Amino acid sequence: MTISFIPPFLIFLIGSFFALFLRGKVLKWWIIIVPAVALFNAFILPKGFVYNIHFIGLDLAPVRIDQLSYVFGLIFCIISLLNSIYAYGLDDYRHHVAALLTEAAALGVVFAGDYFSLFFFWEIKALSTSYLVAIGGREDSLKASFRYLLMHVTGGVFLLGGILLHFHQTGSIAFNYLGLTNLASLLILIGFGINAVFPLLHTWLPDAYPQASYAGTVVLSAFTTKSAVYTLARAFPGTEILIIAGVIMTAFPIFFAVIENDMRKVLSYSLINQVGFMVTGIGIGTELSLNGTVAHAFAHILYKALLFMSMGAVLKQTGKIKATELGGLFRTMPWTLTFCIVGAASISGVPLTSGFVSKSMIVAASAHQGLTIAWFLLLFASAGVFHHSGIKIPFFAFFSHDSGLRPKEAPFHMLLAMGIAAFLCIAIGVYPWALYSILPYPVHYIPYAPNHVMEMVELLGFSALAFTLLMLSGIYPPEMRAINLDFDWFYRRGLQLFMYIDRKVLVEFEDRIVNTAYEWLFLNPMMAFAKFFKGVDTYVVDGTVNGSARSTYSVSKTLRKLQTGNLQDYMILFVIGILILACVIILLRGGI
Amino acid sequence: MNPYKFFEKPESLKITLIVLFSFLTVVTILDLIVPKKAEYGFEEFPSFFSVYGFVACVVLVLAAKYILRPIVKRKEDYYDN
Repeated sequence: MTISFIPPFLIFLIGSFFALFLRGKVLKWWIIIVPAVALFNAFILPKGFVYNIHFIGLDLAPVRIDQLSYVFGLIFCIISLLNSIYAYGLDDYRHHVAALLTEAAALGVVFAGDYFSLFFFWEIKALSTSYLVAIGGREDSLKASFRYLLMHVTGGVFLLGGILLHFHQTGSIAFNYLGLTNLASLLILIGFGINAVFPLLHTWLPDAYPQASYAGTVVLSAFTTKSAVYTLARAFPGTEILIIAGVIMTAFPIFFAVIENDMRKVLSYSLINQVGFMVTGIGIGTELSLNGTVAHAFAHILYKALLFMSMGAVLKQTGKIKATELGGLFRTMPWTLTFCIVGAASISGVPLTSGFVSKSMIVAASAHQGLTIAWFLLLFASAGVFHHSGIKIPFFAFFSHDSGLRPKEAPFHMLLAMGIAAFLCIAIGVYPWALYSILPYPVHYIPYAPNHVMEMVELLGFSALAFTLLMLSGIYPPEMRAINLDFDWFYRRGLQLFMYIDRKVLVEFEDRIVNTAYEWLFLNPMMAFAKFFKGVDTYVVDGTVNGSARSTYSVSKTLRKLQTGNLQDYMILFVIGILILACVIILLRGGI
Repeated sequence: MNPYKFFEKPESLKITLIVLFSFLTVVTILDLIVPKKAEYGFEEFPSFFSVYGFVACVVLVLAAKYILRPIVKRKEDYYDN
């Protein structure tokens, strides 16, 4: 079989490797050429293609291109290019290497046809993304990256355990529909679920994302959770517990987002909220809802990256990201503001933007299936996301009180990346059939039915009214310099408790009992033994050696006195010696 | 050049509010005209989504401010100690 295309992850893997050695202008062009080639390659990917190899006794399928993986692969390539354009001005080669490696791993995950390849790329992604957090250069970056890595390594262990059990039970490592049926599938679900920010397992995301660099967060926002959404859509469509998990994910983060001060943390919470819609769509499991999930992932990657890019631009230009320190930037950053508003409108699902044509499919699917409570909560979350991402982000950063900051507009390459993303958000909203045509199932949904448009306009219009009235009346919670605890309090305080017990109980026990016993049983006998041999060494071995050395020394001292160095002395000695020798021979022979 | 210069003016808030209120009035009138194709009966009440959106947001903000914030708010250096 001949291959007329390159496996997408390979392009980024090679790109990442060479980025290690390139610097300066060459590196900056290299990071744009690599995703550009990958995007071109993505358009010629043959759908319905599986590449099988037999390796270490396993049937692997490192490249499997079908309708589902294709959509994710395509949007990953598009967003990689936008990321590179956005990060063009960043001189840190470590960022570019890690970003390209993350992109390689994410593409590896979505095109993996077996669990072995999937796990391989899954772990690379965990490492490269935590590295992106670590080099973020914020106050808490390094610690947050360790916490992030801990969570993802734990998820990886669950995943590996599930895979091994699954392989043991079925003898197959093909990555296909699984469903929640046994322990193996539960472990795999938890492994995916940690990456897909399931409720209570979600804390790594709002913890780590605000700690990456202005460009790093954009990379993180696109790949980590969405590749988990892909794996869930592949293995667990129609799994009912995902409806519950998804609906909770849409609802609870918006409360945190309303009171959060760090703008990128607000966006992190709204990211969980949006992934909640996708997880709900997977849980419902109908053709409409799965189409909705895939479409929403596609649209979401673009507008979420756009929002993180706009806040990244604010961070880069002002050095500040807290709502209490920002405000009034509309005067000097109008383009960033415009693109931010497009992203905010898209995430809110304003008609004619991408969020409207994708999210409404999932909401409609929940109604079709008679999931009344879910439907009510999804509507609540739709109104709520408008509140914190749609209004709060642009309002507090660019309007609100005047912070006195007059930063320069973001550099051209950043505006270009934001402009392309904003254009795509509107293009998908205006002409959704381009996106609908590449979805896994045929689409019969009509987004712009008059009643749909009215529903959304009413919901959002009166949410805006609520915001306005609460703001004017002073009831809206003021921004505060504070952090808000999340469920990770239990992990972090729990670990501190563990460390306390470790220090006060285990260390004491070791000191008092284990160390003493060790001393008596091993150390003391060993010391005595060593002392004995030292004695043997000193008196016997050394004595012998020293003794022979001493006698050699005195002999040579005597000999030295005999040797004067004069030739005539030696000649006399030689002659005397010959005479003595002759005498001895004569005597012994008994006369001449 | 900068269309947002409008917000520098002192009367901008008033104009924004007038635009918002008239837009919402038009929406509420349209709601009575546009035919509904509801999954649930209650969706057919006049301005159901308007009322729901408004109430949802007020509940969201009040709950976040008066219930969640007192529970979870800490000083910024909370975890450093």
